[in-house]
Amino acid sequence: MSKYHLDYLAQLESEAIHIMREVAGQFERPALLFSGGKDSISLVHLALKAFRPGKFPFPLVHIDTGHNFPEALQFRDKLVEQIGEKLIVRKVEDTIREKNLTEQKGKFASRNALQTYTLLDLIEEFKFDALIGGARRDEEKARAKERIFSVRDEFGQWDPKLQRPELWNIYNGRIHKGENVRAFPISNWTELDIWNYIKSEKIALPSIYFAHEREVIRHEGQLVAVSEFIIPDSNDVVERRRVRYRTVGDMTCTAAVESSAYSIEDIISEIIATKTSERGETRIDDKVSEAAMEDRKKTGYF
Amino acid sequence: MDILRFITAGSVDDGKSTLIGRLLYDSKSILIDQLEAIEKQSKNRDSGEIDLALLTDGLRAEREQGITIDVAYKYFSTPKRKFIIADAPGHIQYTRNMVTGASNAALAIILIDARNGVVEQTRRHSAIVSLLHIPHVVVAVNKMDLVQNSPDVFNNILIDYEKVARNLGLKDVKYIPISAINGDNIVEKSPNFPWYSGVPLLQYLEEVELESDVNLTDPRFSVQYVIRPQTEDLHDYRGYAGKVISGIYRKGDRVAILPSGLETTLSRIEIGGQEVEEAFAQQSVVLHLEDDIDVSRGDMIVKSDNRPQQSQECKAVICWMDSKPLKPGNKYLLQINSTRVKSVIREIHYRLDVNTLKQEPQPEKAALNDIIEATIKTATPIAFDDYDHLRQNGGAILIDETSNVTVGACMLQGLN
Repeated sequence: MSKYHLDYLAQLESEAIHIMREVAGQFERPALLFSGGKDSISLVHLALKAFRPGKFPFPLVHIDTGHNFPEALQFRDKLVEQIGEKLIVRKVEDTIREKNLTEQKGKFASRNALQTYTLLDLIEEFKFDALIGGARRDEEKARAKERIFSVRDEFGQWDPKLQRPELWNIYNGRIHKGENVRAFPISNWTELDIWNYIKSEKIALPSIYFAHEREVIRHEGQLVAVSEFIIPDSNDVVERRRVRYRTVGDMTCTAAVESSAYSIEDIISEIIATKTSERGETRIDDKVSEAAMEDRKKTGYF
Repeated sequence: MDILRFITAGSVDDGKSTLIGRLLYDSKSILIDQLEAIEKQSKNRDSGEIDLALLTDGLRAEREQGITIDVAYKYFSTPKRKFIIADAPGHIQYTRNMVTGASNAALAIILIDARNGVVEQTRRHSAIVSLLHIPHVVVAVNKMDLVQNSPDVFNNILIDYEKVARNLGLKDVKYIPISAINGDNIVEKSPNFPWYSGVPLLQYLEEVELESDVNLTDPRFSVQYVIRPQTEDLHDYRGYAGKVISGIYRKGDRVAILPSGLETTLSRIEIGGQEVEEAFAQQSVVLHLEDDIDVSRGDMIVKSDNRPQQSQECKAVICWMDSKPLKPGNKYLLQINSTRVKSVIREIHYRLDVNTLKQEPQPEKAALNDIIEATIKTATPIAFDDYDHLRQNGGAILIDETSNVTVGACMLQGLN
């Protein structure tokens, strides 16, 4: 191979940086949606590569459902302090109170659907015209069809049948007032690509991605951590298991996997050997229907 | 390890979705929960077979109608390569979707049903592959099991397709007999084709040489964003962020800024904050210039002795993607890389019948999915290369200024 050859991770990295710079160049008020998970942590790392020594041309925003893993929140605050960028936090709790929203009931009541309201309010409050997100096309079938620049109407809705053609590496971010674009720089990455990138770039992650002991109960075959949000009832058997998280979402809708992976290398070996997809194994909310994600996206969800 | 982006052209009837499902399945990119989900839906559950085609249909309407409407991207990898499949629909009413999928592809798999041979659709798909200048083509002759794995059937199709390829100027064409449903000649060489001396499909995809597809001779760089920290210790820092479209840039190179034409020297190149001596095609970098010249987003930085064409007028083969027709005199925004200019469509030279490749001269307008050639005039000169020579700086989109929608894909060509 000639020395002018880019390795696949370098190609993906360069593509992601190119997309972020297009967002910075085309929009007046972009923001980066930061969840504290590995994908958005990788986005921050890519933004450092895209814009340093300058400041980020956008703040980080976090929609706080109130159901976070404490480790993820601590990590978020430490990271923001380290890079010296602005973080905006809006709480779903406040939206529920102000808008008199009805929360789901029951043990696995999730605020996953309600965070869309907080997100749309946030967009309106700051007049954001573009939101960078860490969604990947390999995650789910509806996402496999979404553009890298995905236009949402003023209600945040995605219309899968009216998507703009997206050709070559040319991104059309023109929108009408009130609309916004969701931009996905790591669309073409897979879960394994992300982990290989984290390894090669030595990106730090919250501790819950690595094996640790935790009290869990079983829910439809999945391991769910006992916490202030998930209180076992009399039928539940509380076990102490060695687990890690493959994705970091809310404590109410993210399941753990049994694991003894203490390092990134161990995690990569586990993922290569796994028989279950990331969302299938760890997301309680996607099992509801065949088109669960498509439906949520249509109403403004990421 | 590198990346191969490819497109699959064909319809459900040719077994396109089955082929993709097979590649994902045999490369172990499908996981149990995803299999369970399609098992539940499999239409031919009675036969006990899993319908691999269901893996690729993402939207509810597609599952309901059993067709692919939009381009879906699928991923798999082997130890040798990462693969990105643009799975595009094959029917004529979705030509624009195929063009979209083809725009980033380095290889196209043209699926032919062994029972039907080269048909109208094969010609149409091949014409699009040729127009979009996809460098490598694989003709996968599928359903060989239904023609008793006959070498004569395969060879006749090969002879027929060679005519098509010659007509269209397709250069690198590889022919492979397969049976997607049985997995014959996909991953392993199939004993059913003892007369076939070549490699199975996946091996070909792993080995096809891609390095020569990257242009390292014509340096092109489009400024995306200007980095100006304006802090006390960096108040003079002014870096031009962008991606090297093609070619190689070295520190000390004499460069020209387009459209102004002003010349200066590259004083510094950075990648991810680190200073480097040179940067090459596909890398996202930051360039610094010796002199304090006004450079902004959309400007190009090129080597002063190797410049693209600069003109306010060019020809373009356009795939029209909007339901509102394109007519001479219509105005659009033209975007090439990070440059956007106002433009007007002058005359339409011809419309291409993608089935027969016949040119219908001077049509009044172009409708959705039409492919035409027209003259475009821009408000200010644009810096571009002939699409045939450099895809990355010859492809442009047209944007309707009132709807903001991307309405056309242009493959540009100089007037001379």
